[in-house]
Amino acid sequence: MSEMFSMTDVTVCYDNVEAVRNVSLSVEEGQIVTVIGPNGAGKTTLLMAVIGLLASRGRMVFQGNDIGKMSVEDRVERRLCLVPEKRELFSDMSVADNLLLGSYSLRDRSGVQKTLDEVYDRFPRLKERQRQAAGTLSGGERQMLALGRALMAKPKLLMLDEPSLGLAPLIVREIFRTIASLRDLGVSILLVEQNARAALETADYGYVLETGEIVQSGPAKDLIHDPRLITAYLGGH
Amino acid sequence: MTSDIAAILAIDGIATGAVYALVAIGTVLIFTVTRVIFIPFGDIAAFTALTLAALDAKRFPGTGALVVILACLATLIEIVSLMRAGELRLLPRALFFYLALPLAVVGLAWVTMRADPPLAVRLVLALMLITPIAPLLDRIVFRPIADGTVLLLLTVSVALHFALVGLGLLFFGPEGVRTEPLTSLSTEFAGVLVSGQTMLIVIAALVFSGLLYLFFDFTLVGKSLRATAVNRTGSRLMGIRPARAGTIAYLLGSLMAGVSGILIAPVNTVFYDSGFLIGLKAFVGAIVGGMTSYPGAAIGAVGVGILESFASFESSALKDVIVFSLLIPILIWRSLASLHSEEEIEE
Repeated sequence: MSEMFSMTDVTVCYDNVEAVRNVSLSVEEGQIVTVIGPNGAGKTTLLMAVIGLLASRGRMVFQGNDIGKMSVEDRVERRLCLVPEKRELFSDMSVADNLLLGSYSLRDRSGVQKTLDEVYDRFPRLKERQRQAAGTLSGGERQMLALGRALMAKPKLLMLDEPSLGLAPLIVREIFRTIASLRDLGVSILLVEQNARAALETADYGYVLETGEIVQSGPAKDLIHDPRLITAYLGGH
Repeated sequence: MTSDIAAILAIDGIATGAVYALVAIGTVLIFTVTRVIFIPFGDIAAFTALTLAALDAKRFPGTGALVVILACLATLIEIVSLMRAGELRLLPRALFFYLALPLAVVGLAWVTMRADPPLAVRLVLALMLITPIAPLLDRIVFRPIADGTVLLLLTVSVALHFALVGLGLLFFGPEGVRTEPLTSLSTEFAGVLVSGQTMLIVIAALVFSGLLYLFFDFTLVGKSLRATAVNRTGSRLMGIRPARAGTIAYLLGSLMAGVSGILIAPVNTVFYDSGFLIGLKAFVGAIVGGMTSYPGAAIGAVGVGILESFASFESSALKDVIVFSLLIPILIWRSLASLHSEEEIEE
């Protein structure tokens, strides 16, 4: 497996406060990597820095290119995609238009219809509601649309920020099943989650972020049995 | 007032309102995509009328010089910002869009004009000369402060309007113009004689609104503009560049302002500073639509036109007072109707 993305000593500041400090991590091709940690640890900040919505210090390399100084749009054109915590859907526009806009950054438009069909196969609910405005969807459907829209860009590295946030347990399970199945498409995934158990069960490798710093890392199957993590994040049993 | 007079006033009002509607739609377009309330919009409409009048009189319009100066300024600013960002590889592209393209337009207009072109060509030339102005002003004035508050952008926009009025006086002179009617046909409608020019105004407004609707609903670029208007962060995450969306919005908007300028020029005498009232009345119409709805803006603008027409019959001196007084109840109504918007934004 070759390296898809890496960051070395990345620091992100909010008004002179270091929200993320000297974080280094990497994602291999086709790998699902998760960053877990408590609320306010800096997980969302980290993803915002990777996509370029927040400025950062340190080195970020994506497919061999230094992306640290690139604009958000340039990073997206290189097929780095973020599904943000707030989903950021185009609420007044139809489901179909939201999905179509997901493919905006693709220069080669010939495969767009095929990708759209694949997304509809993956999320039949979206196909049923394709003419409906995105703002009228339920929480679970909105998350599916956000995921589907990101898939329309044929991402090489897909970053997911709290995909289970605010969803019913049944839908959370469905979303994580979908995330696991994306591995088969060869998409690398960087998953940020508060639901540590579900995240570690899905991921190959995990990092633990606390107050802006990585305090622990290792293969996900090891972390899930780690006594400290069990007490702190995995429900204490 | 007899019903005949009422019908004449209504038709007249609809025609004036249709012109305002084009400007109002452009105002909403630019506001939703860039958050700028583009006050100089009416000036663009007035400059188009003055440009066409100059072309009719076989004089090369001042618009040419204005575009050349703005293009040079925009290119200079673009080069400096590219140098600062260490992105000089984008220089050829910048030179093409900000310098070569506007200069080519002016050059083409200058060459074509010498061949004494027919009216249709002069109309196209006037529109071609006018459309680069707003995108260039965007690059020079608004892009450096694109992340500012709506109030800051509005203040700058007002200042820009006064600057443009000054430039208008410099480039076009103080004389008013009235161009030849585009058609001499007329027809009778419900017992009232309707001039071809009036019909043309209404048809043009309908056609351009329709084209805009098709553009927004059926093209990817149109949808990307809507996406930028709905959710700026979301659209950036799709790779849609707000600056590019803004340029397209300014181009389309100035085309609509240009068309309204051409339509109004044979009906009203247009001076270098006539744009302000056109823009302001269109703005009242746009506010009826809450600055976000195109049909709302169009309906509001037509309403303003009709009100103005009846007001000028009742009291010519007070017609503008009556129209702008309309703004107060509308603003109260809008502010009551949008009480929930802050909560929605929070979500």
